[in-house]
Amino acid sequence: MLTADRTITVPAENVPARTEDEPVDIVLEEQGISLGESMRLAFSSLMANKLRTILTSLGVIIGVMAVIALLAIGKGSQDAIAASITKNGSNMLTVRGGAANAGGARGQFGSGQTLTIQDAQAISDPSNVPAALLVSPESGGGGAQLVAGSQNLGARITGAEPTYQQIHNLSLADGEFVTDAEVTSIDNVVVLGANVATTLYPGGGAVGQSLRIRGQTFRVVGVLNAQGGSGFGSTDDGVLVPISTAQRKLFGDRAITGGGGLLVSSIVVQARDANSINAALDQISTVLRDRHQLPANGASDDFSIINQQDILNTAVQSTKVLTLFLGAIAAISLLVGGIGIMNIMLVSVRERTREIGLRKALGAREKDILTQFLIEALSLSTAGGLIGCLLGMLIAVGVNLSGIVQASVAPLSVVMSIGFAMAVGLFFGIEPARRAAALSPIVALRYD
Amino acid sequence: MAAIIQVEDLKKVYQMGDVEVQALRGVDFTIHPGEFVAIMGPSGSGKSTLMNLLGCLDTPTSGRYLLDGVPVERLDKNQLAVARNKKIGFVFQQFNLLPRSTARENVELPLVYRGGISTEERQQRAAEALESVGLGDRMDHHPRELSGGQQQRVAIARGLVTRPALLLADEPTGNLDSHASEEIMTLFKNLNEQGITIVLVTHEPDIADHAERQLVIRDGQLASDIRRSEASDSHRVKEEVAHANS
Repeated sequence: MLTADRTITVPAENVPARTEDEPVDIVLEEQGISLGESMRLAFSSLMANKLRTILTSLGVIIGVMAVIALLAIGKGSQDAIAASITKNGSNMLTVRGGAANAGGARGQFGSGQTLTIQDAQAISDPSNVPAALLVSPESGGGGAQLVAGSQNLGARITGAEPTYQQIHNLSLADGEFVTDAEVTSIDNVVVLGANVATTLYPGGGAVGQSLRIRGQTFRVVGVLNAQGGSGFGSTDDGVLVPISTAQRKLFGDRAITGGGGLLVSSIVVQARDANSINAALDQISTVLRDRHQLPANGASDDFSIINQQDILNTAVQSTKVLTLFLGAIAAISLLVGGIGIMNIMLVSVRERTREIGLRKALGAREKDILTQFLIEALSLSTAGGLIGCLLGMLIAVGVNLSGIVQASVAPLSVVMSIGFAMAVGLFFGIEPARRAAALSPIVALRYD
Repeated sequence: MAAIIQVEDLKKVYQMGDVEVQALRGVDFTIHPGEFVAIMGPSGSGKSTLMNLLGCLDTPTSGRYLLDGVPVERLDKNQLAVARNKKIGFVFQQFNLLPRSTARENVELPLVYRGGISTEERQQRAAEALESVGLGDRMDHHPRELSGGQQQRVAIARGLVTRPALLLADEPTGNLDSHASEEIMTLFKNLNEQGITIVLVTHEPDIADHAERQLVIRDGQLASDIRRSEASDSHRVKEEVAHANS
């Protein structure tokens, strides 16, 4: 057969007549790669370079770990502060003398001595303040040296009525609390805080003993259980005497002024329930303004009423801000981790250019390459998120064991930080994956 | 008999900045099933461009290319990928095996992108393909554990596993010593005798001599088309090339 030098010309009838707008008879129905296969491909590439995979995830691991641990510790401190404030119930109001907003040389907040025991009695009257459940006028808060035999100790002395025990939710380790009879007869009796009792009477048996306060002999009638708590004046380090005794015998030199009555430093009122706090506040205000003869318009209060709920809200709000602040810093480190993923993925795309070219030559579509690289980025960030979450929880457990604060991992912070980690991986994975997918197989196959 | 490859006035123009480079200036030929064709030509002849077009890696600027009944010039990127997967088995100079995958996993890869094939069937077909190139006992070896010739045989098995219309080999012996080259060319011949259509792109006349038909590309045009019956040695081809150039 001699066909040399033949220029190949295809007979016209061999070429099917086609026009441009005629739909292509595609014998090439697309089946494509399944998601499971994409994941398998992505995992095998990640497993192929384990050290790099771990190092890449490290940014996200540390970020998530920091978010979880810091939020848990923040939440723990918040709970601790809230608990110490609400230990005695949150429907408390404290009335103090002196206007909080008074101008002039009025002295420090609460030092304006305008509240008397008569004011307290007026507030106690259910016809004046129906919203009040318990009223506890308190006096003093001044310090004095206690002497018991060879032991002595400086302690804060508070004058109290029997209602003090209920309002402050105190329980007795031994003996009994101040009684109405003792208040009426101005007895020299004292109830010791737990720490005071153990310091003055290391061997126990405090009740029935005598001790001296400011040169006067007092009989110990009760010892309080340790209340714990912190800050805000723990009862553990103070002692309680009948309010009348405090007013007339211990702090008598500054007891009697303007109103003619005996002064109290504060009146603590427990409202019937959380909903009647505002009613109690209004009623107390009305009674006191009336008693202090303040005109209905004009003159400002010469007392202030502090709502326990307000203190709680303020404290919780400030710890919340702190927690958010810490969380935000941790979130930034998570973002940096995401940039790390993007960096490595970009390097990886460059490094694997030939491989990508080969995959495309073998029939991988752009979508297949894109999916594989996105899954790789997403796996890195998700695995990093899960591991970081685990480590963060371990840190929280460690903090709990150390006993400094009871860290609590909120489920929401777990879900959110893992979700954020995944979003970071997806976001920073898009560009490298897009570049990989857009590579021309011809160029990629020749790349070295 | 329907042609495997039918190209008609195939042209490819690259735009390099302001300069138009005419890589292919209109090429016509037909390749029928069972043929073993070598495409030859010096570098810069348009040989690589033709290979990219035949391999559905690129689309022509104009002209027609019918691959096993599929009008390639009218396919979009995705369809080109599917066409590569279903119609063509590639064999490269650099082997292009995934270094961290075993021989069998490398051969399975095109079937992974085919989709809709169970893992068992994929493994079965990969094993069969490896056996057909004489590597039935090397399935779980990684590329680095294989010689160059063996690696290229894995690549050929990968090209065959999809049962393509065409095995397209680009300088398949370029990275092999003469012994391994001979081995690979013998394998190509055996495969061709079993009815597989092979198109071999090479610049080495010794290698092209194994083919029964030689297409010579020069300056973007088909310079000659010689069948083995009267072009029994490479000297003859060289004469033809020289003649075409004169």
